[in-house]
Amino acid sequence: MSADPKGVLTGTHFLDGDHAACEGALAAGCRFVAGYPITPSTEIVERFAARIPLVGGVFIQMEDELAASIAIQGAVWGGKKVLNVTSGPGLSLMMEHLGYAAMTETPSVWIDVQRGGPSTGLPTLPAQADMMQIKWGSHGDYEIIALSPNSPQECFDLTIRAFNLAEEYRCPVFVMMDEVVGHMTERVVIPPADQIEITERKWTKKKPGEFRLYGTTETDLVPEMVKAGDGYRVHVTGLTHDDRGYPSMTVPTQARLVPRLLDKIRTNASKLVDVRMDGCEGADVIVVSFGITSRVASAAIDSARAQGLKVGHLRLVICWPFPAALIQQLTATAKAFVVPELNMGQMVQEVRQAVNGTAKVVSVPHPGGTVHDPGTILDAIVEAAR
Amino acid sequence: MAKTEIRVGGLGGQGVILNASILGKAASIFEGKHATLIQAFGPEARGSACSAQVTISDEAIGYPYVKHPDVLVLMSQDAYRQFAPTLKPGGLLLYEEELVALDNQLPKDARALGIPATRFAEELGRRLVLNILMVGFFTGVTDVVSYEAVEKAVKDSVPKGTEDLNLRALKRGYDYGREQVQSAASKPAASKKK
Repeated sequence: MSADPKGVLTGTHFLDGDHAACEGALAAGCRFVAGYPITPSTEIVERFAARIPLVGGVFIQMEDELAASIAIQGAVWGGKKVLNVTSGPGLSLMMEHLGYAAMTETPSVWIDVQRGGPSTGLPTLPAQADMMQIKWGSHGDYEIIALSPNSPQECFDLTIRAFNLAEEYRCPVFVMMDEVVGHMTERVVIPPADQIEITERKWTKKKPGEFRLYGTTETDLVPEMVKAGDGYRVHVTGLTHDDRGYPSMTVPTQARLVPRLLDKIRTNASKLVDVRMDGCEGADVIVVSFGITSRVASAAIDSARAQGLKVGHLRLVICWPFPAALIQQLTATAKAFVVPELNMGQMVQEVRQAVNGTAKVVSVPHPGGTVHDPGTILDAIVEAAR
Repeated sequence: MAKTEIRVGGLGGQGVILNASILGKAASIFEGKHATLIQAFGPEARGSACSAQVTISDEAIGYPYVKHPDVLVLMSQDAYRQFAPTLKPGGLLLYEEELVALDNQLPKDARALGIPATRFAEELGRRLVLNILMVGFFTGVTDVVSYEAVEKAVKDSVPKGTEDLNLRALKRGYDYGREQVQSAASKPAASKKK
C-alpha cells in the first residue's frame, strides 16, 4: 500500500539528516513517539513534536530512556507504528527493552545518532562506535536489522525502509546515523505519498478463537499480529512463551522460540543484503565502509585510483545482518580489504571472519570526534595494495 | 566553477548559519546543483565563535568538510584569526570591514574585499540583517550562485513579515559587491588592504 498523504511533506527541501529522518518516520506512518531527547538526535524528536499535531498522533516526553523505550512498545500493541530515538548513553539505558522488543517481536524502529563514547563521551561529535552494542548489547540471543545512511536523503529513505522491514520481520530495526549525517544539511526530495510504498502490519485474518499470538508455520517464521482491544486474547511477556503468548519456562519451549527469533532473520540474510559496490570487480583492494565514513573513504579511493591502484568500494547500506557471503565471494579476486570506521575496530571483525584468512584485512580505526583524514585511509589502501 | 568550498565565520547570534544555509539552499534547491552544509556544532552560545562550511558543486559531494576554503565570509576578528590562514592559495576573503582588521595572516596571493555591512544594515533600519548583506555581497562578488536563486532562498528562509527588509539588505550587499568587482577590474591590481 502507499503512504498516508497526511504524513508526507512532498517537495524538495534543504534539510539536515535528523529532520529528514523525522520526515521519513512520518511518511512511513509513525504516529507515536515517546522520547527522551539527547544530543545529537534531539532535532528528530523536536521536529516530531512540532509536526505530529498537524499529522494526527502523539508525542510524549518521558522521564527517562527506560520509560521511552517501553512506552513505544505499548503503543505498538495498541496498533501504532512507533519510533525510538536516542544516542549512545540513552541506548545503553535502553538495552533491556531492546531485548524485550526482540523477545516479544514488537515491530519498532530505533534511531541511534551516534556520538563519541563510552559513557557521555563527546555529546556533539560523531562516532560509529555503537555497531556492536545494537547487535550484542541486550542479554540472550536475538537478531536485529540495521541500516546505515550516509546523507540526509538516505536518512529519509532508509527510515521508511526501516519501518517496512520492522513490519516484515517483526524485530527491532535500527537506523544507525552519526552526528555528521544527523547535522549535515543537503537537498532532500520527498516524493508524493502514492510513490512511497508502505508495508502494512501483518494483521491476522483469523477469528479470535482460532488465532494464536505467536503461531507460525515451517515456511513463515513471522507470526501474524492483532491489536489489543479488538477482541483477541493478547498476552505479551518477556518470559519464554508458547505460541499463545503465555509463559512456558521449559527447555522445549525455549528451543522452539529462540532459534525462530534468529532464523526469521538469518534464513533471509541473502534477501537482506544491501550494499553499494563501485569498481569491486577485479579490484586488488576493496574498501568496506558505512555511514559518513563511506563519503570520506570515497575521497581516498579517488586519490588511490588516480595513482593507478585498482580499488573497489563496498558500502554497507544494511550493516546487520552482515553480508558475509558476499564478502567471501569477493576474496576470489581481491587480495586485501581496508575497513575504515569511526570506532577502534568493530565491523572489521565481521570482515575478518568472512574473509577467514584468505585475504589481508586492514583496520583503519578512529576514536571518533571527527571523521578520518582521507589521507589516512589512502595510506592504508596504498599499504594494503603492496 | 565546478566545486566551490566556502566557510562562513562570525559570532553566535550574527546569523552565520543562516547565511551559509541560504547559499546552500540557493544552489541545491533553486539551481539544481549539489550543496552540503556542515555547521560547527558544539556548546556554542550567543556571542561565542561560530562557523559553517558549505560546499557547492556541479557533481555529487563526497567528503563533506571544508579544510581550505575557496571563499571565506567573515564577520568577526576571532573568526578571521582562526580561519584566515586556512584560505586556499589565490582564495577570496569577503569581510565586514568594521568588524575585521586584516593583517599578514592572509595567504599572500589571496584577494580580500570588505564591506561596511553593519553600517548598511543600520541604514536599512535593523542591524540584524548584517548576515543577509554579507550573502548579497557574496552573490555580487562571486558567480557561484545566481542572484535570482539567492533571492528565492532568502524569501524561503527568513521569518514571515521580514522578507521585504531582508530583500533590500540582499540587494544593497549585492550592488556593493558588483561595484567592488568593477572598480577592482578597472584598477591595475590595487591592494584592498585598509
